Amino acid sequence: MSALTAPRRLWSRLRQVIDRRLFRIRPAEALPIRLPQRRIFILPTRAGLVFGLTLFAMLLASINYTLSLGFALTFLLAGLGIASIFHAFRTLLQLEIKAGAAPPVHCGEPAIFGLNIGHHGKTPREAIHIRTAHATARVDLPPDSHATVTLSAPTTRRGWQPVGRVVIDTVFPLGLIRAWSVLTPDLKVLVYPTLESRPPPPPASAGLSGQAYTASGDDEFAGLRAHRPTDSPRQIAWKAVARSGTLVSKHFQGGAGGSQVFDWHQLPPALAEEARLHRLARWVVDAAQNDARWTLILPGMQLGPDRGAQHRHLCLRSLALFGQPDHVTPA
Amino acid sequence: MSRPPEPTLSAYPLRWAAACAGATLIPHLPNLPIWLGALAALILIWRVLSQINTPSPAPRFLSPLLAIAAGGLILFEYGTLFGKQAGIALLALLLGLKYLECQRPRDVQVLVLLCFFLQLGLFFDTQSPLIGIGALAGTVLATGSLLSLYTRHPVRTQLRTASVLMLQALPIMLVLFVLFPRIPGPLWGLPADAFSGRTGLSDSMQPGAISELSQSGEIAFRAQFRGTPPPPELRYWRGPVLTDFDGQRWTIRRTTVADHPAYPTTGAAYDYNMTLEAHNRRWLLALDYPAAGIADATYAADFTVLGREPVRQRIRYAAAAYPHSQAGKNEAIASLDGALSLPKDSNPRTRALAAQLRERDQPPERIVAAAIAWLREADLAYTLRPPRLGIDTADAFLFDTRQGFCEHFASAFVVMMRAAGVPARVVTGYQGGEINPFDNSMVVRQSDAHAWAEVWLAGEGWRRVDPTAVSAPRRIDGGLAAALPDDSALPFLVRPDLSWLRTVRDRWEFLGNAWNQWVLGFDQKTQRSLLRRLGLHTDDWRQMGVAMLTGIGSLLAALAWWAQHRAAPRDPLQRAWHRFERKLARAGVPRLPWEGPADYADRAARHCPDQATAIRAIAHRYARLRYSAGTTANDSKALHSQIKRFSI
Repeated sequence: MSALTAPRRLWSRLRQVIDRRLFRIRPAEALPIRLPQRRIFILPTRAGLVFGLTLFAMLLASINYTLSLGFALTFLLAGLGIASIFHAFRTLLQLEIKAGAAPPVHCGEPAIFGLNIGHHGKTPREAIHIRTAHATARVDLPPDSHATVTLSAPTTRRGWQPVGRVVIDTVFPLGLIRAWSVLTPDLKVLVYPTLESRPPPPPASAGLSGQAYTASGDDEFAGLRAHRPTDSPRQIAWKAVARSGTLVSKHFQGGAGGSQVFDWHQLPPALAEEARLHRLARWVVDAAQNDARWTLILPGMQLGPDRGAQHRHLCLRSLALFGQPDHVTPA
Repeated sequence: MSRPPEPTLSAYPLRWAAACAGATLIPHLPNLPIWLGALAALILIWRVLSQINTPSPAPRFLSPLLAIAAGGLILFEYGTLFGKQAGIALLALLLGLKYLECQRPRDVQVLVLLCFFLQLGLFFDTQSPLIGIGALAGTVLATGSLLSLYTRHPVRTQLRTASVLMLQALPIMLVLFVLFPRIPGPLWGLPADAFSGRTGLSDSMQPGAISELSQSGEIAFRAQFRGTPPPPELRYWRGPVLTDFDGQRWTIRRTTVADHPAYPTTGAAYDYNMTLEAHNRRWLLALDYPAAGIADATYAADFTVLGREPVRQRIRYAAAAYPHSQAGKNEAIASLDGALSLPKDSNPRTRALAAQLRERDQPPERIVAAAIAWLREADLAYTLRPPRLGIDTADAFLFDTRQGFCEHFASAFVVMMRAAGVPARVVTGYQGGEINPFDNSMVVRQSDAHAWAEVWLAGEGWRRVDPTAVSAPRRIDGGLAAALPDDSALPFLVRPDLSWLRTVRDRWEFLGNAWNQWVLGFDQKTQRSLLRRLGLHTDDWRQMGVAMLTGIGSLLAALAWWAQHRAAPRDPLQRAWHRFERKLARAGVPRLPWEGPADYADRAARHCPDQATAIRAIAHRYARLRYSAGTTANDSKALHSQIKRFSI
């Protein structure tokens, strides 16, 4: 983490205080959140201020020329402005914000945060904007409905990336009044390490038991099983397919020593920590793509040998959170 | 908070804005130069038609060019860019140009604000109910235009949302309209043409002045009599009295003013309430002869009643008339001198006639009678379109053209009287008035404008002589239409064969009168008397402030309730269940977020075994009401009371 300069640190402290005291938000709130009255703030927009000035000018003209209808029109417009406050307020009131999908991404790819916005009111809620520091989404809700919006954010660091401050606002109906609410929902995306673009091949032999290891096709054939969509074409047992008419794949079962081992300690000592993580992540992803078995060894941790999507996720997660304070060892 | 860049407009809000701008401009068209109206219409139509699918603004160079050209034309047309008419023309021009370059939502917002200003501008000329309704429609369209920036719906839906907003705004408007302190204007100097276009009598008279006025069917004033109205021959409403004469023009002679009339009032009285339309002059029309007591008025020595300042808005006052009073018995010699002077060597033939009359009949009374007799025999024609007269107007009228309107009769008669040595003067005002059957008010129009004469007789004072009545007696009891020959050009609605149309007009004007009294006439005085009836004193600003805050505050509370109610409709079932949960939570079994009613009830029942049956029964009934079809309101009530009874 880079050191913050003094004014920036002060500002961030101030902002935290404002968020906590005025907007009543905690560092991260558990979803779902329902917006109560006290969390909705209202101020005129720039157009609203100009509208107010216009009304003032119209009032002066009405007084000066004693225009009774001028008074009536001015007051009617003032009434419109006031009524629109409540429409804006009502648009956000009791809005329910639930967590949507927030799939993990590799660092550098945009993180996608899903938020589900809904309500149980009898009137539509229109022109609601959901803004983060990086993205804005708009949602229009029919009566008693919900919708999911996705907000993307750039990723620059591995680890957990929270969605941060989310502002929900609307200038509906007339654009004169803005109602808004600030929240920091507990919604985060796991950012896996960046994949090294041209990694060297994984070490040819890195067995725990010192057994020889060859890159591919050297696993012991363990039988046939039903074809899975993720299986590579090379695995399909074409002869069996021709006999039975259904897709079957060859199933390889390697012994402990038959799997690939990606060991932190075996990497060149000159390699920096992040670069090591990038390389290991690339190897894990490639191995998962080839439906191979692999073992990941990190300082103080060993994952596998295993295969499949779940194993891939656990490995990448450990890489993502490596060395970070909230690094939890997966069970 | 960072603002996203404003998106460009789609064709949808542009169409709304066009409707709004059109509705605002159309009522202005009669007052705008034709080319300006045409330009605005052209811009609106062109942009709506050409850009239904792909809205793109006009080329950049176009609006400044048009602005400069049209601004120059306005300057040329009005001689100024300021003032009321030029200002409105300029605003209309800006509206058109703004529409031309509408590109972002903000442009539509500016356009809508311009529309509001223009609607206000419309009220300078007229504040009729029709114009009011037009402004209301314009406001609905303006609301729709703003809405269209944020939502897109069929026109009907959009108008409904706009109407909901308007309905919520109306009570706020009413409270402010009644309670906002009315300060009598003006706050600053008004442009010179602020009150132009107001018709009425003028402070001078020359041949043709009144006949022009007679073409207008506009209402001059209304009088509401307490009791029977006076008969037609007494309906003389006095306006400016013209004594000075230069041979062509009659003008007012300055007289002294006092707080009360210069004559004692005698005889029968007529009490009435006057509603006088604005005419931008100081005199307050009054039935001859007004008694003292008209509010804020002074009484001139020539018996006219003067307000403190020009009548710039419709005013009301109570007055009493004593038609049989003898006025001016002890007139000052100086004013009688003025009433005898004639320009030298003018009207020789009239002078000769007067000398003849004077020789034959000596007391002034008989001279007057002889002059009237002469007029009757002269067979003069009463017409709205008299031919032009030469330099000696009386001579030309009496001996050459022999056709004239009331001002010709009055002017020639006074010249004749002065030449014969009888003090005389011209009085202008209104004669007549129709009763509107819907509210029994007497309506007097500009077409009732009239001029007559007064002669001064020793021992009697000023006596009214209406020379027009001599030649056209029906003018006095039948109005203008009866007095004129059939083929003359009459104002449309004065024609006798359109009586049904007049009934419609009467009805409309009755409504108009109510509108005038309660909407337009709502000034400081009316406000004070209305609020006093409600127990409020307008002088006490704290009381007024509290009243206004209370009024607005309760409306805001109602709106807040509405917002809350619409946002989260009260579900009785949900409330009952929440109550049940609160009771159990107090007993130490709060519901966990993932627990459904059945699981929760099981856990709670284990926690409080002695209440297990009740807990399970409530949860079961709630689940059935919530999730199964065919339940009734009674079931819901039963659950309610069950939960109410439940205690732990």
